[in-house]
Amino acid sequence: MTPEPTPSQTVGPFFHDALLAEDQTRLVNPDHPSAIRVSGTVCDGAGEPVPDAMLEIWQADPEGRYAQPGDEFSGFGRCGTDAEGRFEFVTVKPGTVPSPDGRSQAPHIAVSVFARGLLKRLVTRIYFPDEEEANASDPVLVSVEDPDFRATLVARAGEVGYVFDVCLQGEKQIIFFDV
Amino acid sequence: MRGEHTMRQSGEITGYRRDHESQPPYLHPAYESTRLRAPDRPLVILPHTLSEVTGPAFGHGKVGPLDNDLTCQHDGEPLGERIIVTGRVLDGDGRPVRSSLIEVWQANAAGRYTHHADRHPAPLDPNFSGAGRCLTDGEGRYRFVTVKPGAYPWKNHDNAWRPAHIHFSLFGPAFATRLVTQMYFPGDPLFDQDSIFQSVSDPKAREQMISRFDLDTTEPEWALGYNFDIVLRGREATPMENHK
Repeated sequence: MTPEPTPSQTVGPFFHDALLAEDQTRLVNPDHPSAIRVSGTVCDGAGEPVPDAMLEIWQADPEGRYAQPGDEFSGFGRCGTDAEGRFEFVTVKPGTVPSPDGRSQAPHIAVSVFARGLLKRLVTRIYFPDEEEANASDPVLVSVEDPDFRATLVARAGEVGYVFDVCLQGEKQIIFFDV
Repeated sequence: MRGEHTMRQSGEITGYRRDHESQPPYLHPAYESTRLRAPDRPLVILPHTLSEVTGPAFGHGKVGPLDNDLTCQHDGEPLGERIIVTGRVLDGDGRPVRSSLIEVWQANAAGRYTHHADRHPAPLDPNFSGAGRCLTDGEGRYRFVTVKPGAYPWKNHDNAWRPAHIHFSLFGPAFATRLVTQMYFPGDPLFDQDSIFQSVSDPKAREQMISRFDLDTTEPEWALGYNFDIVLRGREATPMENHK
């Protein structure tokens, strides 16, 4: 008999001491020659910032390789949002990774969003604005027909690094995936 | 190991089974905070790729030997009913999930979190922080020593109280298997009015979140034992071609 999966429950508002005790926002040192900043704001359906969310990221290294145990670059990061709903990671840009159909996926970062009021995590992806060619043939991006909705998966170039805002609901809602 | 990984990086992908029936919805109006945070546009189905079937690995370097004992993180012992919480982490096919990180957090015996935003007028316990972690062993087993958390009020609706619970965060082998849940205690009188617990509509699935009192885990003259097995998603039976 196949056991049923345990249901998800919200992370609630009190996770910080357990999950964010160490700084996991820097996947590489900010002095790293290829370091990039990826930042943004989480907002709710009223457009208000969400100050008690947590984002986790999972990504390949610049060669498009996902970390194995013991690798120097872990590919994993975690950041709580501040009072203004902001988060920021310092990482390196991932390379292209294979797609099951033999094509390539454009460079992207997988993202999980947790918060009070989210009974299960939300999953999205961050793609890069300076990868137009790769993005145009990415199987996941091209599967979204509405170009405006598709564009919510692509970060924009900010003053320092990339900006990716996570609007949970409403007209500005970004794409979330059924994983 | 490396060879298998290389093959996985270039070849077919075995995805994870989707488990919507056992999961709560995003929008559950009885749980007030979902109303402005649940997405209202349909989710986009993401066929599993390397990005979803790989995931972070956390070694023993991240976990100290006493991190799973929440009763010995301070000079004195916390107040409350000492308990042992143990169980196995299994995948959807009943196989153990080994060397996998579990993080837990909870209120103290009086129903108060150390968190600065917790305003419940119940006493803090200087000997209890309420956060722990461990790695599962070779059989997927884990064990925490802690005190039984108290129920506490919240502002979801008039006279709303959360049943006693311990938060669990698990990774499993892949990005797709990430799970954050809550463990409840058997026979809690607050289940019926708790919108978070009741957000899971299937009664059998709700049972999966309730620990079981276990006399074999109970240690004489010392602590009650509770058993809580956690089941993560299982793999698809065969590799699937995601895109035609």
